[in-house]
Amino acid sequence: MATTYSHPSSTWRKNLPRFWQYLILSLFVLLIFMPIVIAIFGALKTRGEMYSRPYTPPIPPHWENYARILSQESFWIMLRNSLLVMLGATTGVVLACSLAAFVFARLEFRGKSLAFNLLTLGLMFPIYVAILPVYLVLRQMGLLNNLWGIIVVQVAFQLSGNILILRGFFMAIPAELQDAAYIDGCTAFGFFWRILLPLARPALSAVAALTMVASWNDLLVPLVVIDKDILWTLPLGTMQFQGQYGMDLNMVSAFVTLSAVPAVLFYIFAERQIVSGLTAGALKG
Amino acid sequence: METTLASSNDWRAQQQAHFRRRALDNLTIVLFLAPAFVLFLVFVIYPILQSVYYSLFNWKGFGPAVDFVGLNNYVGILSDQIFLKAVKNGLLIVALSLTLQLPLSLALALMVGRDLPGRTFFRTIFFMPYVFSEVITAIMWQSLYNPDPERGLINALLVLIPGVKAQAWLGDPNMVMACIFVVLTWKYFGLHMLLYMAGLQNIPAEIEEAARIDGADRRQLLTYITLPLLGGTIRTTVYLSAIGSLQQFILIWIMTKGGPVNASEVMATYMYRFGFVRFWLGYGCAVAIVMFLICLIFSLVFQRMARQPDYLGSI
Repeated sequence: MATTYSHPSSTWRKNLPRFWQYLILSLFVLLIFMPIVIAIFGALKTRGEMYSRPYTPPIPPHWENYARILSQESFWIMLRNSLLVMLGATTGVVLACSLAAFVFARLEFRGKSLAFNLLTLGLMFPIYVAILPVYLVLRQMGLLNNLWGIIVVQVAFQLSGNILILRGFFMAIPAELQDAAYIDGCTAFGFFWRILLPLARPALSAVAALTMVASWNDLLVPLVVIDKDILWTLPLGTMQFQGQYGMDLNMVSAFVTLSAVPAVLFYIFAERQIVSGLTAGALKG
Repeated sequence: METTLASSNDWRAQQQAHFRRRALDNLTIVLFLAPAFVLFLVFVIYPILQSVYYSLFNWKGFGPAVDFVGLNNYVGILSDQIFLKAVKNGLLIVALSLTLQLPLSLALALMVGRDLPGRTFFRTIFFMPYVFSEVITAIMWQSLYNPDPERGLINALLVLIPGVKAQAWLGDPNMVMACIFVVLTWKYFGLHMLLYMAGLQNIPAEIEEAARIDGADRRQLLTYITLPLLGGTIRTTVYLSAIGSLQQFILIWIMTKGGPVNASEVMATYMYRFGFVRFWLGYGCAVAIVMFLICLIFSLVFQRMARQPDYLGSI
């Protein structure tokens, strides 16, 4: 056993597999980037170039496509709509889920397990199954063609998973802390507001980050709720843009890459929160 | 006498304080649960119950539902060849995900392991497609799959090989599901790899160390130590992957609309076509209920089958 450390051929035996490891992993990195790079290449070409040589590097790059999209008011309106929906949904999810998770993690009452089981039943109703029924209810309530319609549905279908995640985090906070706070005359609300929430900030930001990604990328709910172009969100606009400019592949590429920028930026800044939220949700849930 | 009076007053005050606290706590419980419950009941439970009702009617969405047809919609769905094709396609995606996508993710997670220099870099890159929206993913891949080798990169590379002809990809009924599966793998393998990496992180290094000292080789280490200890994570990813596969919609709708000739139809595209395109709302509601029952049965069967000892929990 010990010889493996001193044996001269050991570096060979150790580094050769490592070479293959890096080779394979790099190959996958290339595969990941391929569609993205091709889209960026396309976005930087004129329509003529796109037809004559669609996937070669754009030399020289033409930034006109981006300029054209950015100078259209509709792009900024979509961006604003997406931002509004994302902020609304995230605020709603963080508020409703942290309140409910606190009750389930820390307070006792009759029917608690029944209430909890009812809420987690939502995990069985994915939005894809429920979208038609939900559409009918929104129609009855007059919430079609209304950004609030998107927000409430996104929040409602994010509740179960996020309550489960937050409840796990809240239960991990020592009970002695609660007793001490109560002895000092703190109410349940005081404990929640002044002690639990500040302690659970990493969990809250993980939940917020996950909700932001889900809301920002969601197409299904806006697709059925909105048909006025003034209320399109970015994914909905991207889909419509493709339908409208299907022939102008360079413009479609420009639009697609541009609408990916916010998501990528967000990923760079919030990778840690997204990752911890996903692993907590999957490994606990 | 006086002391007992005082103490009983004291006791009463305490009792009052206790009741006040109890009432306050109850108020907190009601107020705190209210937002989640109202949203959940109004936008999740009520719609589902209502659509059970509508699924019994022949209803095109205008006026009240009056044309009661009993279970006819359900009979229609279950005897529709296209719906059966959609279920089959869903199961095909599940099978491919479990046999190809998850092992690939696991292999890559094991390759990156605990200590490969640059592991965070690889994780960041591999997970990136997860944050791209499905719309963006679908449009990007659509252009790669373009059947014209002058336009689509995949065909352009393919025709470089002598004797190989360009393929129709998404336009070929025999190939369209495989093409869709490649896109799904591109988008989601990073998620599963991430979960496996987190699971590996939870396995104490000492256990593998001990096995190695006992003379286990790499294969034994993998089959007897690492994989069993990763059992919980593997079960979770199997569940997520299968349920996710059954619910695919946006990617397929944008790339193929379920075509060519229903070759890539899945349950959600079928429901969307009848519910939102043709506006057969009664029929669409029945499809939604069937989908829900399929997911529910799957969840229950899975939970029953996957109840296995949690090795890591017992360490």
